[in-house]
Amino acid sequence: MHQPELETMPVEQLRELQLERLNGLLGRVYGRVPLYRRKFDEAGVRPHVTSLADLAELPFTVKDDMRASYPYGMFAVDRRQIVRAHASSGTTGQITVVGYTRNDISNWADMMARTLASAGATADDVVQVGYGYGLFTGGLGAHYGSERLGCLTIPISGGNTRRQVQVLKDFEVTVLACTPSYSLLIAETAEEMGIDIRSLPLRLGVFGAEPWSENMRAQIEQRLAIRAIDIYGLSEVLGPGVAAECSEQHGMHVNEDHFLIEILDTETLRPVPDGEYGEVVFTTITKEGIPVVRYRTRDISRIIPGDCACGRTFRRMERITGRTDDMLIIRGVNVFPTQIEQVLAGIPGVAPHYQVILGKHGSMDTVEVHVEVSPDLAFDEIRELEELHRTVRAEIAAALAVSIDVRLVEPRSIERSEGKARRVIDLRSEQEGA
Amino acid sequence: MIDQLSVFLENQPGRLAHLCRALGDARVNMRALMVADTQEFGVVRIICDRPQTAREVLEAAGFGVSVADVIAVETPDRPGGLADVLEALGESGVNVEYAYCFLEPGEGGSAVDVLKVDDARAQEVLEAAGYRVLGPAELYEPDRA
Repeated sequence: MHQPELETMPVEQLRELQLERLNGLLGRVYGRVPLYRRKFDEAGVRPHVTSLADLAELPFTVKDDMRASYPYGMFAVDRRQIVRAHASSGTTGQITVVGYTRNDISNWADMMARTLASAGATADDVVQVGYGYGLFTGGLGAHYGSERLGCLTIPISGGNTRRQVQVLKDFEVTVLACTPSYSLLIAETAEEMGIDIRSLPLRLGVFGAEPWSENMRAQIEQRLAIRAIDIYGLSEVLGPGVAAECSEQHGMHVNEDHFLIEILDTETLRPVPDGEYGEVVFTTITKEGIPVVRYRTRDISRIIPGDCACGRTFRRMERITGRTDDMLIIRGVNVFPTQIEQVLAGIPGVAPHYQVILGKHGSMDTVEVHVEVSPDLAFDEIRELEELHRTVRAEIAAALAVSIDVRLVEPRSIERSEGKARRVIDLRSEQEGA
Repeated sequence: MIDQLSVFLENQPGRLAHLCRALGDARVNMRALMVADTQEFGVVRIICDRPQTAREVLEAAGFGVSVADVIAVETPDRPGGLADVLEALGESGVNVEYAYCFLEPGEGGSAVDVLKVDDARAQEVLEAAGYRVLGPAELYEPDRA
């Protein structure tokens, strides 16, 4: 454990600390960020609470608030105190900028060091950081944490997969940090290069930045002969290091001395009890540069009730089931791409690489899942391929309660990502009226 | 038994051409090619002069390839020739999964029938009925491993 006195703090003491820090935050944002002053005034709430439960009465922050205040409108300190800026991947519209003070950078390093330590890493490890370095928070976030923990840190960044494999082997890397889908591409590439990745010293994977399933974890652990740990973060809140699994691999401990987590009913936006699913919302109680109050992540998860055997008192959030904006509504049924992944990973003969293609036929929306056949499959008989096709269709229909067209595609034909995998391709506007 | 390559192909314009070009560039010569298809995908089955090389070439080009054991039997090139062969198998209860034919090139070349069977007795049955079952060396150079 990187900071045991904090990570195992008695719960009552932790709640007191959170309340004190929350009030400090509210005073700061009300005094220094015009957006919050306006939101609080409009909602008729004071920047002070008497209990943590009062948090539910405060206004939300959403991604659009950050877009609208591009680039520096939500900074809560003088710009001279900001030492680093990152920006989130602007897949849709305007990118969003976040700024960090010296203290923010230091806290972040500690939180990411906690993450690596809870995954099982120590100063003896060699950490290959395969997250992108740059505006994306992944690379530098993991890098500072790895150095803070004292690991030998390799800033290889994302991409150039053959070199990733060569470095994994030659540098005797023991911990790989990247997206889970990229770890599979690294494994495939090693195989192509004739390198047995299972026989390398690599023992731990610290994977995040995209939702993945339990079955995919099993597959990664088997293929790379490692333990794969799920981590969570987002740039609007911090970057990687917000929450991470411990060696129990059962939920990600949220760094509750720095963040308040709420789970909200997706319709009423009221808090739900621990154990129930809803949208994850964070309040950053120690951040100086760009603190947020009740930031709506759009991620769906739940708090896992009960204590963890590892001794940490921070509550655990379950792996992300999906995002409210990834959610597909197919003939009235809510479907998350990770559910499809979960099904595919359990069927021998297909690879866990897939894409959901949304199209339009006349005015009707169409959905088709493209699934790669595994390169190890015996392709000889059409009958067997048709049976595989039927199995995939039937298992998806059984798991999702809606039937979706399935197309088997050639091995390695779905685009591999060096960062976040692109799972949903929406062609509906192109095919409009077709 | 001889080696046949089976390649998974999506039904897309140019895929089969791409496959053949990859083999051509590697100087692999095909003896026979058969496409079995459904609406969305197909399986291409190939007998060629250097199956091991062909497999490596196609895998490197990103195709999904497997090698299947099939029987190649010399068949009289006359009406009813293939029917006789198949009847011999049918009478012994050997089921044929699929079959296709090609002609041996050159003067006096005979017809060769390629059979996929799921029955270890097939070769014995054919030989007992007087047919010549071809071995690898008669159809291609068994590549060095």
